[in-house]
Amino acid sequence: MTSTTTDQIGASGDGIMRAADGTPLKRSLARALRREKLRSFLLILPLLAFITLTFLMPIADMLFRSVENGIVQETIPRTVVALKDWDASSGELPSEEVFAAFQQDFTEAFKNKTHTRLGLRLNYDEPGMSGLFRKSGRKATQLEPPYREGFIDIDQDWGKLETWRVIKRASPSLTDGYFLAAVDAERTSDGLQMKPEKERIYLYLFWRTMFLSIVITVSCLLLGYPIAYLLANLPLRTSNLLMILVLLPFWTSLLVRTSAWKVLLQQQGVVNDTLVWLGIIDTTSRLELINNQTGTIIAMTHILLPFMILPLFSVMKTISPSYVRAAKSLGANDWTAFWRVYFPQTVPGIGAGAILVFILSIGYYITPELVGGTSGIFISNRIAYHISTSLNWGLAAALGTILLGLVLLLFYVYDKIVGIDNVKLG
Amino acid sequence: MKLKLLLLAATASFAATGAAFTEDLPACDNCADSMTVVSWGGAYQNSQVKAYSDPYSEMTGTKFIYDESSNEAVAKLRAMNEAGNITWDLVDVEGPDAVRLCDEGLAMEVDVDEILAKAPDGTPPSEDFGDSLISPCFIPQIVFSTTFGYRTDVEAWNGATPTSMCDIFDTEKFPGKRALEKRPKKNIEWALICDGVAKADLYDVMETDEGIDRALAKLDTIKDDVIWWSAGADTPQLLADGEIVMGSTYNGRLFSVIAEQNQPVAMLWDYQVFDFDGWIIPTGLPEDRLNRVKNFLYFATDTQRLADQAKYISYGPARASSAPLVGKHAELGIEMGPHMPTDPSNMKNFIVNNIDWWSSYSDDVDAKFQAWLAR
Repeated sequence: MTSTTTDQIGASGDGIMRAADGTPLKRSLARALRREKLRSFLLILPLLAFITLTFLMPIADMLFRSVENGIVQETIPRTVVALKDWDASSGELPSEEVFAAFQQDFTEAFKNKTHTRLGLRLNYDEPGMSGLFRKSGRKATQLEPPYREGFIDIDQDWGKLETWRVIKRASPSLTDGYFLAAVDAERTSDGLQMKPEKERIYLYLFWRTMFLSIVITVSCLLLGYPIAYLLANLPLRTSNLLMILVLLPFWTSLLVRTSAWKVLLQQQGVVNDTLVWLGIIDTTSRLELINNQTGTIIAMTHILLPFMILPLFSVMKTISPSYVRAAKSLGANDWTAFWRVYFPQTVPGIGAGAILVFILSIGYYITPELVGGTSGIFISNRIAYHISTSLNWGLAAALGTILLGLVLLLFYVYDKIVGIDNVKLG
Repeated sequence: MKLKLLLLAATASFAATGAAFTEDLPACDNCADSMTVVSWGGAYQNSQVKAYSDPYSEMTGTKFIYDESSNEAVAKLRAMNEAGNITWDLVDVEGPDAVRLCDEGLAMEVDVDEILAKAPDGTPPSEDFGDSLISPCFIPQIVFSTTFGYRTDVEAWNGATPTSMCDIFDTEKFPGKRALEKRPKKNIEWALICDGVAKADLYDVMETDEGIDRALAKLDTIKDDVIWWSAGADTPQLLADGEIVMGSTYNGRLFSVIAEQNQPVAMLWDYQVFDFDGWIIPTGLPEDRLNRVKNFLYFATDTQRLADQAKYISYGPARASSAPLVGKHAELGIEMGPHMPTDPSNMKNFIVNNIDWWSSYSDDVDAKFQAWLAR
């Protein structure tokens, strides 16, 4: 068989290796590989379709909301066109034609009950707009020319330049307004600028989220490393028992654990009571351990600890004790043996654990909300607020996009410094 | 086939007995036989079940499914509307949310005189409900208030008890932690009043940047002593644990701490802030479900039913004609009248939540407030 094949390959005479059926071997191999690829693609296709439909598309849709702004053009199309010729910096109100177009648009919008929705949208740019649109409601639909006077009669805000500047500024179908708001900037009639000092909040919250996440990751590492070492080096029976102690809280509901911390840490709580009983602190100077950053750090470190211990443990388990023994037999003291021989081998575990803990904590919501008070909340708490309470989904989407970008950026930096190949879960 | 006929006949006769039970409940043609009602859970939802839906399903056989999602009703309704699949039939929301839902076109406009029952003396609903009709989409149920509760056993106060709302800002005379809501609404009003602004000028002052700064400066004086709450159950819990000495929350929650759990806590009604809570009907319901909702509302918002609800929780009925019918607590047997926020002796000083103002300015004020909190 082998000899025939060799014969046939040899028989082609043009130096190209051919398969049994005469096609060049290269092409035949490529075809086989392609078929193989197609088959594996078909195998993952259901999962891919599922993820695309239920995960990627909703995320993309949500991210798109951060720039989407079709509502102004859809609700008052004629006004948007008419306003194009108006010079916002002229210091004069738009012409009667603009007001006439606006009256027509407004009447239609009122019929479809979309005028108030537009008011809500414009209220993000200028407080008072939603009230103005709601109040003008029916009255504006019954106006007769001249419309300009008519509108100003209904509410004098229609005679303010700022009202029309806001409408004109909000006219394009894509907006950068939400992203600007998400970094504490705004576009006013004087151009792009930062918000007044006392209204800035998001940049600060982003910074605080990063800072607290780093603190939590480091404390998880400091607490988790010795435990993982112990687990990896104890006899199996004892280490299994200890492992259950690590896993038990891991399996307990997040809410239960957070509420337990509330009971423990509050001023009349277990920790403070014990300290008072031991005479370490006075009952009038009880420690504030909750409703601040301390609370967030303590509770989240505890909750995320298993995510650090488990990867560390599985990496340490694979490190043979003979390396350290060899180092010691060659004259290294305990510290050198650990630091030069053992520790470098655990770096992949540290990497995996740190990434897990950091990325989980950067998007954490429930625990900071419950124990963080005001100084211990994260950016995700503001995102949740804008999704469910203020209903400014555009701003929530912009904040979410920035957070996603930050995580990806950090991931990239991590890959450059530590190398993503250097991460091991076991 | 026979079985189906039999079932039909059974339902018909059941409906007939139901109609005989309350003479004025109109018959329901083409009505769905179940309803999904959204409410707040806890004692409040329980009062609705006992006063409204239990008697109603006894009469009509309607099945009720309660969903405890009122807290995020606006966001969820918006999502349902975008997905084109409204699974809720009737939603219990606070006044501001009703205005918002109406503005977004997510709640249906209703003519209360057309779909609700008249008062026993023939007063049309629009008059009987009066000021509580804050939005064309809103069907009011109760008046509730946000007010302060304080512990009665604080040693550091040397026997003094707070008598004025402004005692919240007096950390000299009344040391200890306080709880305030983690939102600007109400806190800003209280701070300005205690800073000397007259009630009549309140919202004119708040409309200016200086007004908000002034309120925040006043709040600054107690900032280190405040625990900020976000759920209505927080303050009662903190009071009961002794974590705080005074705090704001909804009056019904304080009632249950004081009367049902017998904690050493008392009410401070001074400058309570009134709010309304009621029903909205989501837009886009199919006809049979809408008919059922209207039939239920006719029953559940009549004079007697609103008065019945006050047997289970200390919130005032939104109908003027219900007030004289408010009786005793169903389990504790105490007179509920004096515990109503609308009782004249509790109303010496009060503010009514200015929904119009807050709907325009809350985004802006909230940004300032949160930035102030974070600092």
